[in-house]
Amino acid sequence: MIELTDVHKSFGKTEVLKGITASVDKGEVVCIIGPSGSGKSTILRCINGLEGYDSGDIRVEGTKVERNAPSIVTIRTRVSMVFQRFNLFPHRTALENVIEGPVYVKKEPRAESLERGRALLAQVGLAEKAESYPPQLSGGQQQRVAIARALAMQPKAILFDEPTSALDPELVGDVLGVMRKLADDGMTMVVVTHEMAFAKDVADRVLFIDGGVIVEQGPAKSVLNQPQHARTQDFLRRVLHPL
Amino acid sequence: MQAFWRDTVEFMPILLGGVALTIIVTLGSLLLSTVLGLVWALMRVSGIGILTGLSGGVINVIRGIPIIVLLFYLYFVMPEFGVTMTALQAAILGLGIAYSAYQAENFRAGIEAIDKGQIEAAQAIGMGWWPTMRRVVLPQAVKIVLPPYGNIMIMLLKDSSQASTITVAELALQGKLIASSTFKNVFTLVALMYLTMSIPLILLVRHLEKRAGRK
Repeated sequence: MIELTDVHKSFGKTEVLKGITASVDKGEVVCIIGPSGSGKSTILRCINGLEGYDSGDIRVEGTKVERNAPSIVTIRTRVSMVFQRFNLFPHRTALENVIEGPVYVKKEPRAESLERGRALLAQVGLAEKAESYPPQLSGGQQQRVAIARALAMQPKAILFDEPTSALDPELVGDVLGVMRKLADDGMTMVVVTHEMAFAKDVADRVLFIDGGVIVEQGPAKSVLNQPQHARTQDFLRRVLHPL
Repeated sequence: MQAFWRDTVEFMPILLGGVALTIIVTLGSLLLSTVLGLVWALMRVSGIGILTGLSGGVINVIRGIPIIVLLFYLYFVMPEFGVTMTALQAAILGLGIAYSAYQAENFRAGIEAIDKGQIEAAQAIGMGWWPTMRRVVLPQAVKIVLPPYGNIMIMLLKDSSQASTITVAELALQGKLIASSTFKNVFTLVALMYLTMSIPLILLVRHLEKRAGRK
């Protein structure tokens, strides 16, 4: 469903992606792990065209991702994104945030969108917060609204860019719980994360990225339990046993 | 003091005629400068090289020309090119253009203060450039732009007196005419009238700020 072939990307003179080739199948949950600055987020941002890439090929359902082509709108409505810092629209209520895309991008009838928006907020456990503004919500609640906003587009896949990294530890569980449910329901997900327990439990596959290349990939449990590569072993040791 | 009140009663009708023109010039050029300023600002942040450069150039040219020269140019020079307008039209156009530069820089500052994550979130749900501006960026920029906007309104009210230089009989000119024909101090009254007119503007901005801050 999502295919990357030999993707290269530089910011100025720094090459952050040095030939990434990977694919994500329908219904698959893929976690991308790796040290900070390794290019994990950049991969996600290239998939929905928030960043351009220099060479190689990225396709979503066969359509080439070109950030300045009109087709990017279609790709973005099919592949939603959840950000590390939520990026909810602070001047709109939770419910208005959720229906913004359906009403103003997909031009769906407002009444219908409102109804589905309320159902989505209920699905993430925030039915009673529909009329709240983002600054009135906790980080965990904001991130769940952001997930509802992503779901409202009825996407084929969702990209999660470190969705729990900006949360207080006690709020992480709520967000991961919602994501686990999505995975169980068969949503295609690409998750950049430092939550190794989540990756182990929920992901079908894990990619370990370091220095702009995929160092190791495979079924989640085998990569995380028996990493083959020295750099993976080193990274996992430091993440799992920081002291 | 008694003399002051007597003069006030005597000159008031003439001065109120000037007040009417001052208000028309101020509101007209406020509207024009706001619209033009928004256009310059949107061009500036459009990310399209030609538009950005053009708007930057226009803003700098406008900022570099004194208002009074701009007014003279519109009223006295433009007729040579076959463009004639009334003094009032020239005043509104001139002040509107002059102030559009300040409006543009204020709007641009407001737009650029919005977190990039907001724009990315809008793009990520498939919004194009203009819907992102209209639905996400501008509503949030309003809050940042309002206090300086209030400043600009009051400056514009006062600078509307420059229209007197091209024969618009607004408050300052009426005051000067009275002063030169009666040799009486009418300028205390004129100053008080400008001050009085600025009060509703101050209250309006305060009201708008409160409304924007509620969300």
